[in-house]
Amino acid sequence: MNDALAATWSPGRGLSAWLREVRHTEIGKRFVVTAFLFFAAGGIEAALMRLQLSRPANAMVGPDLYNRLFTTHGSTMMFLFAVPVMQGVGTFIVPLMIGARNLAFPRLSAYSYYVYLVGGLLLYVGFSFRAGPDAGWFAYTPLSGPAFSPGKRMDVWAQMITFTELSALATAVNLVVTIFKLRAPGMSITRMPLLVWAFLVVAFMIIFAMPAVVVASSCLALDRLVGTHFFNHAEGGDHLLWQHMFWFFAHPEVYIIFLPGLGMISAILPAFTRRRVLGYDVVVLATVTTGFVAFGVWVHHMFAAGLPQLGDSYFTASSLIITIPTGLQLFCWLATLWRAPLRFATPLLFVLGFFVTFVVGGLTGVMLAAVPIDLQVHDTMFVVAHLHYVLIGGAVFPLLGGVYYWFPKATGRLLNERAGKLSFWLTLLGFNATFFPLHMLGLHGMPRRVYTYLPGSGWHHLNLFATVASGVLALGVLITFLNVIVSHRRGQRAEANPWQADSLEWAVPSPPPPYNFADIPTVSSRAPLWEEPSARGVVTGLATDQREVVVTTLLDAAPDHRTILAGPSIWPLAAAAVTGVGFIVSMFTPWGLPVAVALGVPVMVGWFWPKGRPTPLHAEQPGTKAA
Amino acid sequence: MRHRLAAVLVAALGASAGCKHETHDVRPAQELSQSPGGVVLSTLFAGGVPSAIAGTLKDSQQNAYAMNEGKRLFDAYNCTGCHAHGGGAIGPALMDAKWIYGSSPENVYQTIVEGRPNGMPSFRGKIPDFQVAQLVAYVRSMPGLAGGFWAPGRNDAMQVKPGENTVSAQAPVRAPGAPPP
Amino acid sequence: MMPASGYALAPAGPQAARLAQVFWAFFAVCAVVYVVVVALLLLGALRPGAAAVDEPARLRLVAAGGVLTALTLVGLLVVSIHGGHQLNPMRGAKDVLTVQVIGRQWWWELRYPGTAPDQEVVTANELHVPVGRPVLLRLVSRDVIHSFWVPELHGKRDLIPGHDSTTYIQADRAGVFRGQCAEFCGTQHAQMGFLVIAEPEEKFQAWLSAQRTPAPPQEALSAEARRGQDLFLHGTCVMCHRVAGTSAGATMGPDLTHVGSRATLAAGSLPNVHDHLRRWVADAQSVKPGSHMPPTPLSAADQDSLVTYLEALR
Repeated sequence: MNDALAATWSPGRGLSAWLREVRHTEIGKRFVVTAFLFFAAGGIEAALMRLQLSRPANAMVGPDLYNRLFTTHGSTMMFLFAVPVMQGVGTFIVPLMIGARNLAFPRLSAYSYYVYLVGGLLLYVGFSFRAGPDAGWFAYTPLSGPAFSPGKRMDVWAQMITFTELSALATAVNLVVTIFKLRAPGMSITRMPLLVWAFLVVAFMIIFAMPAVVVASSCLALDRLVGTHFFNHAEGGDHLLWQHMFWFFAHPEVYIIFLPGLGMISAILPAFTRRRVLGYDVVVLATVTTGFVAFGVWVHHMFAAGLPQLGDSYFTASSLIITIPTGLQLFCWLATLWRAPLRFATPLLFVLGFFVTFVVGGLTGVMLAAVPIDLQVHDTMFVVAHLHYVLIGGAVFPLLGGVYYWFPKATGRLLNERAGKLSFWLTLLGFNATFFPLHMLGLHGMPRRVYTYLPGSGWHHLNLFATVASGVLALGVLITFLNVIVSHRRGQRAEANPWQADSLEWAVPSPPPPYNFADIPTVSSRAPLWEEPSARGVVTGLATDQREVVVTTLLDAAPDHRTILAGPSIWPLAAAAVTGVGFIVSMFTPWGLPVAVALGVPVMVGWFWPKGRPTPLHAEQPGTKAA
Repeated sequence: MRHRLAAVLVAALGASAGCKHETHDVRPAQELSQSPGGVVLSTLFAGGVPSAIAGTLKDSQQNAYAMNEGKRLFDAYNCTGCHAHGGGAIGPALMDAKWIYGSSPENVYQTIVEGRPNGMPSFRGKIPDFQVAQLVAYVRSMPGLAGGFWAPGRNDAMQVKPGENTVSAQAPVRAPGAPPP
Repeated sequence: MMPASGYALAPAGPQAARLAQVFWAFFAVCAVVYVVVVALLLLGALRPGAAAVDEPARLRLVAAGGVLTALTLVGLLVVSIHGGHQLNPMRGAKDVLTVQVIGRQWWWELRYPGTAPDQEVVTANELHVPVGRPVLLRLVSRDVIHSFWVPELHGKRDLIPGHDSTTYIQADRAGVFRGQCAEFCGTQHAQMGFLVIAEPEEKFQAWLSAQRTPAPPQEALSAEARRGQDLFLHGTCVMCHRVAGTSAGATMGPDLTHVGSRATLAAGSLPNVHDHLRRWVADAQSVKPGSHMPPTPLSAADQDSLVTYLEALR
């Protein structure tokens, strides 16, 4: 059985097989590795910025390079690291957690990765050509428009957006369909792991939010390249239109980054508290509510723009309300942790680090929701502190915990625990020492996005302290990087379930074989590996000579029909290349788009060409039986 | 792995090569001279040996920042007062391909620095050399002779003409009634 | 003695005072919440027990936490909205001074309208206001989005092209307060500061009258200043700057009629003293690279004369 499955699901060897890869485990790992490389690049940019700001009137980095550095730092961290790494984790873990053999659309997941890679390379090749964007990651018009941003810099930005958002949309669609239709029989929607719920909500958020920024960046590109007037107030356009469109996307974007982090906490806690997460229903409803309310708070980024006071007040209210579901999740986790037999391994440490760090950011967020406070600290270092507390505390800490938690599953080796603990403490202390002083700097008048400041400002000492502390933070992160590199080859070998965790991904060997599960399991509880007899039911009747999987119903996950998933294919790479050519050429001439369409037609034909292998009627219908 | 290697190579090449379009040079090292004879208009030299020409206008011709600055200065220094936004008013149109005194960068430079008969003022000593070079680049981008992909886009005002980056290059011709070359 | 920063929690006007009140109220609540959460975390995490747990009882506590959170947030919402409503108490006042603030890359043009057009005062980067009187600022941008922010007087307000807006400030005590552009506006956003100088009414009126006078006539200038004026009028300066009473009338750069009376140069980046003025005029790009002021290549003696002239423009 296993050899037959291996033969059917294995991709083959060599460069050709590597380029045609469609296994979710491999694509997921590629996403995560590439995202962390971009994270390192963004970290280097941050280090240069912090060095420049370490003393007043510093001449290390001039204004033009500094503006390109902070724009590239923000764009890298938001578009090339934070969302793609969550795409990667989702791609890797969701099929394993729901008992599936792959994502619903394997080739689409490959396309998603290649398109992301093209977008990331575009930004960095642009940066190396001195054509990297320089008007901020948020690219407010008119500064980013044709009159005040000459050359191709902001066109590089706009097209990078297009690539990364296409990638995210592709992953989102894949996740929604996979989660709805490929769950193991018996895994009803209320038995799904909480991380899978988080990815489901995030996927829907991506589908609703990303189009806004694709539209916005396309309008900007049209204004710059063709001469439209979306953002030309003299001809009926409006600069506030950019802000509304951008923030309508960008606020949900930060929740798209943050909710998977919360899901990872729900996934990590059970193994280290020996308890299921208390309040499953509360956490699910809180996640869904956060997903909805996240779309109703965007104007809190525009409180200084002079919009009517009544409108601003609604957004204060919604920005305060969104605290409630997140708070409820925190209380559920506190209830889970409370006097539990905790095992203080590195993943749990990062979860505890999340608590003490993210809550600071959440509370400064409550402050920022109030218009009076925001009017003073908007666009100052106070906001820089807030956003790093919520993104690093709320997403990166759980992510690092997730790295330590799932690295054994992905590679078959454990990360070094002592290095992990050292990395955790350095990261926690370094992060707080770097960013806490920024709250004070903001209140003392230091704006954001400034390449230097005056000697008499009084900002010198806190800036110097933050710079030194950022070295500690960098060291902490570096230790994890080195831990990964070394343990990948020489780490202690991991069994299938090194943490004695409760969810389905721990039922397969580490690393998973190409077919994930030798037998698709059936599920009858929320913690299948803890609460079910070892003689679990499995699905029978699926062919082993084709990539056949069982599709289940949406709510109850009852077996519904069988389908064949796609196998290794070159068409995703070809489609990504065509997309790349089309959008990059269109930075220079509108002819790029018709050329892309013309090239795209044969690629689409190749992609969707029917695979003509008749499916024989099986003597046995798919069903379940006890193993 | 191959993708990353390719990226590094391209980046290394790019860092050395074609970034001249995108640099923001705030103190261009041009050594033009606004003293008479500082810029030579002819490519022919007596005896076949070129005289020492002070400086070159080439650097700004394909640079997006320089052309955008030229566009800003064209309005700030009130060139629009006589030339409008390129369509001409009491001064000749600049967005067509008809050139009275020639379209080479050196010719346009001399026009601005020396002035010309019948109304073009001399800006010698009033506009620094690097800004004249920026204006030269912008003026030549109006009929599409300079800039290409890096010519300025539309400005943020009432539109009286499309942005220079949408203009196709026109072959320069002598304006009717212009003095012979 | 030019302040290089402002502290939002050291208010010098009614609005900044109210904003600081709201801040401290929120801070107090948030600090308490943080301490409680961390205390719960430590108490829960550092005293291990058995894995089994009374789930319904704990969920009741979670629900209680949620209700407490919601009530606290409602309270904070009331504080925020109330604080926001009281922000412009001077709206109906009779003695409002109106000033037009024009944000430009990367400096601030300030215009005080007079009773007649020739009574208008045009200056740059230094906003003089009388103590105790409300000031209505008409905020206009000539190019990109800027943001007017004086932490010690009020919160910030964006200057958005196409969306002219107004805001009030009021200084309740005399002093010099630092302002800064607070919306990224390009290469030199970092050096787009300004000063707000609050002075008693008489001093303010005296300043306003002095600003209305044109530059000193030729006869009133020293010989070196006269040479400097010649260099000014025959060189590149006249292409961008205005000096009332001379033939220099360009409005692209700051009005220099009273540049000698200003406390700072280059939008608050340099104190206005001889050496800095000389450096700014000779090679502005070394101070503020990317700004629109080109270098002025003159001989050392000519630089001295030019600077002497500018200093005479009080």
